[in-house]
Amino acid sequence: MAIRSFLILFILFFFSSLNPILSLYEDQVGLVDWHQQYLGKVKQAVFHTHKTGRKRVVVSTEENVVALLDLRQGEIFWRHVLGSNDVIDGIDIALGKYVITLSSGGSILRAWNLPDGQMVWESSLRGPKHSKSLLLVPTNLKIEKDNIVIIFSNGRLNAVSCIDGEVLWEKDFEGESLEVQQVIQPPGSNLIYVVGFASSSLFEMYQINALNGELLKHESAAFSGGFLGEVSPVFSETVVALDSTGLILLTVSFQNGISFQQTPISNLVKDSFGPAKIIPSSVTGIFAIKMNAVTIVIRVTDENKLEVVEKTNHETSISDALPVSEGQQAFALVQRAGPEIHLRVKLAHNWDDNLLKESVKMDQHRGLVHKIYINNYIRTDKSYGFRALIVMEDHSLLLLQQGEIVWSREDGLASIIDVTTSELPVERDGVSVAKVEHNLFEWLKGHMLKLKGTLMLASPQDIAAIQSMRLKNSEKSKMTRDHNGFRKLLIVLTRAGKLFALHTGDGHIVWSYLLQSLQKSKVCQHPIGLNLYKWQVPHHHAMDENPSVLVIGKCGPSSDAPGALSFVDTYTGKELSSLSLVHSVAQVIPLPYTDSTEQRLHLLIDADKHAHLYPKTPEAISIFERELSNIYWYSVEDDNGIIKGHALRGKCTGEVADEVCFDTRELWSIVFPSESEKIIATVTRKLNEVVHTQAKVIADQEVMYKYISRNLLFVATVALKGSGEIGSVTPEESWLVAYLIDTVTGRILHRVTHHGSQGPVHAVFSENWVVYHYFNLKAHRYEMSVIEIYDQSRADNKDVWKLVLGKHNLTSPISLYSRPDVITKSQSYFFTHSVKTIAVTSTTKGITSKQLLIGTIGDQVLALDKRFLDPRRTVNPTQAEKEEGIIPLTDSLPIIPQSYVTHALRVEGLRGIITVPAKLESTTLVFAHGVDLFFTQLAPSRTYDSLTDDFNYALLLITIVALVAAISLTWTLSERKELQENWR
Amino acid sequence: MEKGKGIMGSGRRWAVHFSDNSTAPSSRDIPDPPGFARASVDQDDSTVSRQKKDAESNWKSQKAWEVAQAPFKNLLMMGFMMWMAGNTVHLFSIGITFSALWQPISALQGVGKVFEPYKDNKVDLLGPKLLFIALNLGGLALGVWKLNTLGLLPTHASDWVSSLPPAQEVEYSGGGIPL
Repeated sequence: MAIRSFLILFILFFFSSLNPILSLYEDQVGLVDWHQQYLGKVKQAVFHTHKTGRKRVVVSTEENVVALLDLRQGEIFWRHVLGSNDVIDGIDIALGKYVITLSSGGSILRAWNLPDGQMVWESSLRGPKHSKSLLLVPTNLKIEKDNIVIIFSNGRLNAVSCIDGEVLWEKDFEGESLEVQQVIQPPGSNLIYVVGFASSSLFEMYQINALNGELLKHESAAFSGGFLGEVSPVFSETVVALDSTGLILLTVSFQNGISFQQTPISNLVKDSFGPAKIIPSSVTGIFAIKMNAVTIVIRVTDENKLEVVEKTNHETSISDALPVSEGQQAFALVQRAGPEIHLRVKLAHNWDDNLLKESVKMDQHRGLVHKIYINNYIRTDKSYGFRALIVMEDHSLLLLQQGEIVWSREDGLASIIDVTTSELPVERDGVSVAKVEHNLFEWLKGHMLKLKGTLMLASPQDIAAIQSMRLKNSEKSKMTRDHNGFRKLLIVLTRAGKLFALHTGDGHIVWSYLLQSLQKSKVCQHPIGLNLYKWQVPHHHAMDENPSVLVIGKCGPSSDAPGALSFVDTYTGKELSSLSLVHSVAQVIPLPYTDSTEQRLHLLIDADKHAHLYPKTPEAISIFERELSNIYWYSVEDDNGIIKGHALRGKCTGEVADEVCFDTRELWSIVFPSESEKIIATVTRKLNEVVHTQAKVIADQEVMYKYISRNLLFVATVALKGSGEIGSVTPEESWLVAYLIDTVTGRILHRVTHHGSQGPVHAVFSENWVVYHYFNLKAHRYEMSVIEIYDQSRADNKDVWKLVLGKHNLTSPISLYSRPDVITKSQSYFFTHSVKTIAVTSTTKGITSKQLLIGTIGDQVLALDKRFLDPRRTVNPTQAEKEEGIIPLTDSLPIIPQSYVTHALRVEGLRGIITVPAKLESTTLVFAHGVDLFFTQLAPSRTYDSLTDDFNYALLLITIVALVAAISLTWTLSERKELQENWR
Repeated sequence: MEKGKGIMGSGRRWAVHFSDNSTAPSSRDIPDPPGFARASVDQDDSTVSRQKKDAESNWKSQKAWEVAQAPFKNLLMMGFMMWMAGNTVHLFSIGITFSALWQPISALQGVGKVFEPYKDNKVDLLGPKLLFIALNLGGLALGVWKLNTLGLLPTHASDWVSSLPPAQEVEYSGGGIPL
């Protein structure tokens, strides 16, 4: 004990004398961290292939990224991540040198310089009402030698100059119920057609002079059947639409007055498949409709007759029209058939012949083809070659050329929903292990180089060799477990319903699996992936089993949509089993119990408040029933401002008679007054967090007992008025209330009001403290507050002898129904940044001090010592407090540039930070994800329990050898001398 | 010695006995040399040896007391060093404190050995030993006191609870905002 307390004191002293800055040397970048850049699912792609220069493609994505990619390798030339509220509506290339983007519901138009991605101009477009946003870049339309861009957005048609973004003319379409569907600019003319529907049964056509915005013609015609969905332009003066039943196709021609031509779909195809949907295409004379799983490609003849050219059960994607020589248009169709995808390129007016027909082998786990973009090039024999950029179901982006995949990008990783980790297999004889060092000579050479580096004798070449050696260390990407627990698998679930396993060493994809349960099917039209849980973590007796994860999804966004479960082996990446549930999934509660095969018990609560236990085994049920009376659950209804606590009652009664179904009853509820308090944030402790001790030793050997409970909930509410944007209310009208609630008994342990403060609130809960970030309207600054909660009822345990003999009840199990006597300490500080997310470091035993990881608005991760957020900070700490490591109080938290975990990198579109303990107590693994991925190791109190990577073992070895040699030498010498002495 | 033995072994030719213990001068023809007082030898053997032994034991006991008092100087020295070291935990103060603890302990272990040379039937070593032990215990106490002032003794409740794991909770609750 004495030794331990001495050690702790010693460590405390040691670290309090250290500077808390954690920074990286330039040559340490990339040693333990990796950074990957992604784009997200491509929404639109525009090729830029001049005869000279590099072949490039501009893409816009669903993650609001606009980027220029190299067509040869798929590398990013430049990339801009627009904010999450700045959704891109359209992109195009103008003048061959500007990338034009229309975003934010058609209200912001920007031009970016194509080669380097710098913004050239930006204009904001306003209009009378919300509408569809359309972007058109006509090639040969000029106003006074000025190329123009035509934009329809917010009920207004604008012509904008390409050179400086100036609005040349504008025309409002203020018709009460007018819904503009298409803006058509026939090539080679100065006319613009704006077509749309009004009051659901009126077809409206406006003809506008593109040069000055003058209205030339306005015609409208009623169609009694009404209209449904989109229209597809087939010729410059003809569009195709569907009637409101979705059973009759309408060919609308507006060349000379509006004329409708009705064609019932049943006339085209024999059997009907229900209502159809138009898939718009820009190909002249061709469009496609979709009925359930059947896709029908229809050709429109010159006499506006419709003619089915293809009917297929395969999911088909049609590209936009690509002008090829002599006014001809080419387009591509792509379908998936088993392990291959079939690509066909045809001319618009000649369906029967294929310009190109290719089959490309495609990984099953990329799913269907969602989108295709084609581009042509001239082969050496002067014929046309085509390259196709395809977007797959898993959001990956691939380039096909000459029947081969030229490159692929895993852009699904830009939209991660949930992350968990898994251990790698233990190193055994059978498991292949990468060779670490080739031989002793290599090893020695390496260390000699390092030694040279340490002694500053290395030449620049040597330094480069040392650096590359360190970066290429094959040790870190081995596929087996290591002693320190640095090598793990990061299992990530993406929005596309694909599971990836990333290696923490270098971030490579170990396996990926497209979950069938999260794919569109007849039973499940809109599957959504929800969460990942560790299902089985084998250790001890179940060592031979592979670990597995549980993926939870549901069909559709409604709360009573049925759920879907999938169990995936994390070593092999194969789905073990999947379940389509009959009940919905409203809550998933991982229980702190496991069965004999180390499967964790999970409780799924459905929308009717029934609890369902998984796994459905008798063993699990018996474990669960033993603990039934101690299991509670709570629900936060943020719309109504109610938090309810529930207990489990017993097996389900009534129609749902199931072995694993349990009834629940409501125990307590906390109702927040709806006008004055609205729930905006809740946070609990992480389930797997380990706390080393319940006591906190403060200055003068005093002890404070932490109130450590798994069942604490932090809730932040704001005044209803103050729930909007920052600055929308005066400080007097807005307040923020923070609660600490016991979720078993519903007891409010602490409540504090911050007057004149506003959300958004970002919070993190760990051990016995919670830190939250909000905006202070009075001070016009962001603030961070900390609340620490201590158990006062334990403070009487002061008798040393009782403690020595173990006659205390500090570690005996406690019930939350015993009345707690808690005190809280809190303090607030200003903080410069606005925050996207907050996390906290976690270590295996919880001994190492904690750091807050703050995802800043600049998409970086800042590490902030928890010591800065200590409510016991005072302006003038006493000597004893200083020794304890208390920092003098300042009004704002310091932002030390060196403590950015992401150093010079940015994790664009940062959404979440996950920390995982390594086996080494000092170290924690940090994974930040957004559009980019970033991973690193952190040691909040430095690596006090291991030697650093650059520790010079050779130097140590040489020193030891030299010492042993010296000892033996002196020993022989002294022996000899002694002998001589004796002879004298 | 070996030489003598060899000679003796080969046969004795002559011998001189220096130990002429005869007391009577008359037994010899040669008178005693002037200044030679046979009387001194004449004294009773036991008396002489007793006197001798007395002196020796006096000396021994004196020495023993001296040895027993030696730790006192050490104690003062230690006290001074400790005062110099200060009350903060660092290498110097820890070194001093541990040597202050180690010295008395090693001395106490070797109590028998320290007083070995002065062992005598007549000399009462109990007193010096007790003093020695007491002084060393004093030194030890000083060391312990120093250890305590440095805060390295587990005399506070905090030393015993600092690594107590958190208490288990009987109830378990989970949930949150519906998915």
